[in-house]
Amino acid sequence: MFDISAFVDALTFRAGYNTAIVAIGAILLGWAGGTVGTYLLLRQRSLVSDALSHATLPGVGVAFLVMAWFGGSGRFLPGLLLGAAISAMIGLACVEWLTRRTRLKSDAAIGAVLSSFFGLGIVLLTVIQSLGIGRQAGIGSFLLGSTSGMLRNEAYTLAALALFVAFLVFVFRRPLTLVCFDETFARTSGIDIRRTDLLLMFLVMAVTVTGLRIVGLILVVALLIIPPVAARFWTEKTGTMIVASGLIGAASGFVGTALSASVPNFPAGPVIVLVAAVLFALSLLFAPARGVFYGLYRARAFSRKVHRRQGLLAILRGEAIYDHDTLKVLRSEKLIHGDGTPTRAGLDAAETAAREEALWTIYARNNPDAANRAARMRLDPIAERLTAGEIAELERQFAGPSGVLPAR
Amino acid sequence: MRWAATRPLPVSTANWPVAEMNVHVADSGAALKVRGLSVAYGDKPALSSVDAAFQQGRMSAIVGPNGAGKSTLLKAAMGIIPSISGDALFFGRPLDEVRSRIAYVPQRASVDWDFPATVIDVVLMGLYRSLGPFKLIGRGQRALALNCLEEVDMVSLADRQIGQLSGGQQQRVFIARALAQKADLLLLDEPFAGVDAATEKTIITLLKKLVREGGTAVAVHHDLSTVTAYFDDVLVLNVRRIANGPVDKAFTEEHLAEAYGGRLVQPEPELA
Repeated sequence: MFDISAFVDALTFRAGYNTAIVAIGAILLGWAGGTVGTYLLLRQRSLVSDALSHATLPGVGVAFLVMAWFGGSGRFLPGLLLGAAISAMIGLACVEWLTRRTRLKSDAAIGAVLSSFFGLGIVLLTVIQSLGIGRQAGIGSFLLGSTSGMLRNEAYTLAALALFVAFLVFVFRRPLTLVCFDETFARTSGIDIRRTDLLLMFLVMAVTVTGLRIVGLILVVALLIIPPVAARFWTEKTGTMIVASGLIGAASGFVGTALSASVPNFPAGPVIVLVAAVLFALSLLFAPARGVFYGLYRARAFSRKVHRRQGLLAILRGEAIYDHDTLKVLRSEKLIHGDGTPTRAGLDAAETAAREEALWTIYARNNPDAANRAARMRLDPIAERLTAGEIAELERQFAGPSGVLPAR
Repeated sequence: MRWAATRPLPVSTANWPVAEMNVHVADSGAALKVRGLSVAYGDKPALSSVDAAFQQGRMSAIVGPNGAGKSTLLKAAMGIIPSISGDALFFGRPLDEVRSRIAYVPQRASVDWDFPATVIDVVLMGLYRSLGPFKLIGRGQRALALNCLEEVDMVSLADRQIGQLSGGQQQRVFIARALAQKADLLLLDEPFAGVDAATEKTIITLLKKLVREGGTAVAVHHDLSTVTAYFDDVLVLNVRRIANGPVDKAFTEEHLAEAYGGRLVQPEPELA
């Protein structure tokens, strides 16, 4: 069933004109979704995109009816997308209004708007199908998307959208970042929060409406949410996160379309989303900045540090060490000889440990609120955690009035 | 918290006594002056027709009990929350004309420190306004940001993710961001809340230096025991203005009793 050579052909853009067009479209869409989705995630508005995408459906239906009424083909794509955009805006305005003017929390407002609009849209589609006007076949593909028969013009539309989104994100990256991180400060720098939020919603809408064609309205939110949350595991910097998220989205679009091209009747949209989900799972497990395995590694490293510190303090006091793990850690770092007596390096390390331990004790006494933090930090070299000025202050307090510094 | 959608009403000066008008004209040395400022959260008044002036080249504290409207005063002056009536003038002009001369340091607890940003990223945010949309951050900007970090003893942690810092270190990053703005007036919302003694010393030393060099600082402050040592001027506030002026005149037991009621004991330091 799975045709490996077709898959390779699709990955190398040799699977025919149509597949290549779809692949390029999906790459651009994934990239735009990942980029815009990053700001959406950082603004803690990811769910709004779900309401927005579901709210497009009545617009599609109404646009179809209007165009068919005037004797056109109801399936004229730009018309349908315009209708989708307008009803998405109405849905968004409803969410805004509900959270602003009533006591509803935003999750409840989103749920209410999402399901009402979606229900209305489904009813409209059913009516359209029963009317039998305006070549309605295929109108349902907006639910889950469809890549069959994608035209060159539609790929151009996607390319234009991606460039447009890239341009807007580049121009407004600073206000967007500021509003996401520190709304108060953004305001005092003269940034209009409401306008910035509107811009963000506009970008989300642009991605959603264009994504309708390929992945469909039910799954398009995945392209706005999954890439940024996956990217968050890899980095601690906003700029890097935006690029990583765009890349993850683009890779999902690329690999997803190639997979769907290599299996007959495999739907592209869901496969793209599944590829994104796999990338998310991989990031969750293996990413260095925040991944699960790295977390386990850090937990292990922490317990090593505990043993190391305990062992060094025992060396300093001239006590015998019995704990098996402690001995193992000290031996592996050549701080003790095979017979358990300390090496030269071990004695030096013990003195450093004693000095830093004393300084951390003063730090903990100065900052009783931060007891947990202090307990975690005190096992690291002090210079990695505190600045020179902070260390100097601790040393001053340690020395007391006599002015004698602790031994280094 | 949801704010009532209110618009600042135009303040009519028609019925002001002429003599009082002259007083206002006379002290044009105010870095920030608020006139008749009233703010309410819904129908709960937070500030009631407050007049206050903070002179240039001075260090001023805003003190008062919890819920006295101290932070509200700064936020309303900066247009972060709407006021019902009254206005604020900075260096004698409306905010929009002199915005680049003012740096605002929000409460540390007001942001999500898990945000993907490093220490230097946050300081560079202070330059966004002057950079505009197209200029990229270059070596000059980074050097400037590092200088600001040097002032608050944070250079060695410049590449740390901000969530890994202690409370005092985070506060110093916020101060460094304000320094990067190269402002003449610093407005600080509880800069000493939940910070360690060393940080408090670093910040106060730095602020005093800035003021000596002609800058102005206005801080919402909780610790009454340090007001005299740290500040030149004070505004004693409890929804309405109780006293405003040099510390020796305004920071009196009488005024404090009026602000804090009978319980004039050292209030618990409040964590924002």
